[in-house]
Amino acid sequence: MTEPRDNGPNGKRRQGAVTGLSAVQQTWQSIPEVIRRPIPLAIVLVLALTYPFIYKDLRSLGELGDFFPQLGSVVIILVFTMMAVGLNIVVGYSGLLDLGYVAFYAAGAYTAGWLASGQFEEVNFHLGSSGITSDVTGIHISLWLVFLIAGAFTAITGILIGLPTLRLRGDYLAIVTLGFGEIVPQVVRNGDDFGGFNLTNGTFGINPIDSPGFGDPLHDTLGLPVSYQASFQRERLFYWTILGLLLLTVFCSVRLRDSRLGRAWIAIREDETAAAAMGIPLMRTKTWAYAIGAFFGGIAGAYYASFKSGAFPSDFYFNISIFLLCMVILGGMGSVWGVVAGGLILGWLNVEGLAVIGSKFNAAAGTDFEIAKYQFGIYGTIIVLMMLFRPTGLIPERRRKRELEEGVHDESLYEVSH
Amino acid sequence: MATRESNQQRGPFEGVLRGARPSALSTVGLVFVGILAVWLLINLIKDPQDFFVVFLIGLTTGLVYALVALGYTLVYGILQLINFAHGDVFAFTGLFASTMILSVFNLTEESSAVTIVFGLAATLVIVTAFGATLNTVIERVAYHRLLKAPRLALLITAVGMSFIVQNVALAIYDVNFRRVPELIPRTDVFEIGGVHYQWNKFAVILVTIPVLIALSWLVQSTRQGKAMRATAQDPDAAAMVGIDVNRTISFTFALAGGLAGVGGLLFLLQFNIRYDTGFELGLIAFTAAVLGGIGNLSGAVLGAVTIGLIQSFNEGLSWMTPGSDWTRSIIFGVLIAILVFRPQGLLGEQTPDRA
Repeated sequence: MTEPRDNGPNGKRRQGAVTGLSAVQQTWQSIPEVIRRPIPLAIVLVLALTYPFIYKDLRSLGELGDFFPQLGSVVIILVFTMMAVGLNIVVGYSGLLDLGYVAFYAAGAYTAGWLASGQFEEVNFHLGSSGITSDVTGIHISLWLVFLIAGAFTAITGILIGLPTLRLRGDYLAIVTLGFGEIVPQVVRNGDDFGGFNLTNGTFGINPIDSPGFGDPLHDTLGLPVSYQASFQRERLFYWTILGLLLLTVFCSVRLRDSRLGRAWIAIREDETAAAAMGIPLMRTKTWAYAIGAFFGGIAGAYYASFKSGAFPSDFYFNISIFLLCMVILGGMGSVWGVVAGGLILGWLNVEGLAVIGSKFNAAAGTDFEIAKYQFGIYGTIIVLMMLFRPTGLIPERRRKRELEEGVHDESLYEVSH
Repeated sequence: MATRESNQQRGPFEGVLRGARPSALSTVGLVFVGILAVWLLINLIKDPQDFFVVFLIGLTTGLVYALVALGYTLVYGILQLINFAHGDVFAFTGLFASTMILSVFNLTEESSAVTIVFGLAATLVIVTAFGATLNTVIERVAYHRLLKAPRLALLITAVGMSFIVQNVALAIYDVNFRRVPELIPRTDVFEIGGVHYQWNKFAVILVTIPVLIALSWLVQSTRQGKAMRATAQDPDAAAMVGIDVNRTISFTFALAGGLAGVGGLLFLLQFNIRYDTGFELGLIAFTAAVLGGIGNLSGAVLGAVTIGLIQSFNEGLSWMTPGSDWTRSIIFGVLIAILVFRPQGLLGEQTPDRA
């Protein structure tokens, strides 16, 4: 396997190894590609899976240790990363700027609120719910089912929003999605009295929301937890589950990208007119992008609601949409692993990083500067700087990178249309 | 660009007007407009006095919106860019105006009328210049390098700039609302049948109308205005006939910023303002611009007044109104409805089908 391949994506790196003559690099190169390629991923995965066992030791590493997030924070980071990967399907693959993704997050969270809490006191419906006695009023459906329903419901919401608006191109679409992103939270906030019917419980939100679990039979036979929330290992369970969900999202995302539908999305992104001329049904393809992007946002929203056991209207504000967009842009629009990296970095900054950096800065400089107050100024700066100096993102999509390296790119690398 | 789509999509109402069989969409639209008209009429009959009071409030607010909406429409006309940062520029100028009034000119309710008039006039000039400078700087720093880049990049940059401007305002003015003392008295200009109109509202009209006339003159009758219109139509062709396109773009941004400055001062005289006021107001103003037909100056004014009226009717009328909890949803609902039913706006001719 030492002879160079003609046009593999790693072609450039390999050339560097031959001239560089670094022993480590050469050994690395001599490993067959089949084994070599998954190694970095495997290392990251092992680290990620074992993080619950090692994070306490990592956090006690003195000054450096503060940079390692708490397990509960990582759950939140991963939830937002999952949403970013979902948003990437809309923005990155299809080139449709969606500034109202928070609407999908809200839809997912409230689906969980409706179907797995005591919100609707009039009814008493239980379906596979775990850790709840059957005399508790309200709708209590197994959370695993609720995640799916939330995804489906959100996808339908996405289609409903998309049908009238996807006709519009580019910036008008952005503004309409923004409008929906503003309307949904307000409906949720004011939705405690629809002609006397309390749908969303207004500003108080819906809580508590049930937590996922496996019920007593599986607990007794396989030792699986009855209910996450009641377990002593609550954070670990939520962590591993969201890790699995994120990986599933990434997997679906990668597979979708290479599918017929994904290629149609990219074709639309590159040149809408040409794509239509090649026989790609624009509306249907775009609506699929919307629905699938929304699907993952809905699941993530429902999961997050179940993790913090509540859905509150104050969680869903416009800035979240921008925050997610910033993750996608930082990582690289269209690049799945880039978006994961961008999501992890920004998620960490948002949940813990800015506070840690701020306190360290203040301690060192003797100032009293609230860095977290300016977080959205920081995200705005990241957006502008990325757009000005590295529009392809931290880890550019391989396709775009190849286009750049082989000099076949034109001006419309990530343009919606002309 | 425009010619390609001109016969592709027509407004749904055009078909109805020409006697063609109305599509489902246009029927829904017409029914909705009809219900709205009936609702207004019932409110008018039930309480005429209230209706006209609310109408005048809406008109005044609408004119302030118009100043901001014009900024969106001017920039959109020339770059096809939704300048997200515009609303934040507006809020920043408003805050800056509060500094001028409170700290530099030290105007209070007790100041003499002459002091107040001159102080406000000076503030107006300074704030206009400030808005113009700020907007031009934004254009130079952020947008200028991206003029040749894909439009999506420009739009995303504008979103980022919006947050930067907002946070600069936050850093300077902190999170508290700023207000100025009631400099313009609330005495009546006129009173007809119990409907009062006060000086502090009339002052808005006194400033806005001349500004709008001046703007219209500038765009229609000066060399610079001609250059703007030419650049809006076709930047390449404009460059070919010797128009300095870059300068024209900068001038447009300065003009938009100046209008935002005037709007900021007028807004401050009536309402509280803080660093993030510009976000929502910017969206409202943008909706106004779209409603009127983006790129169309008189459309922006018409749209803004309409939005001002919708808002004040919703918040001020008594019979069957959703109330201020729903204002945002209603305004964005209008925006979405307009884009779906009549994307070219009330007065526009082009379809927005050019991303």
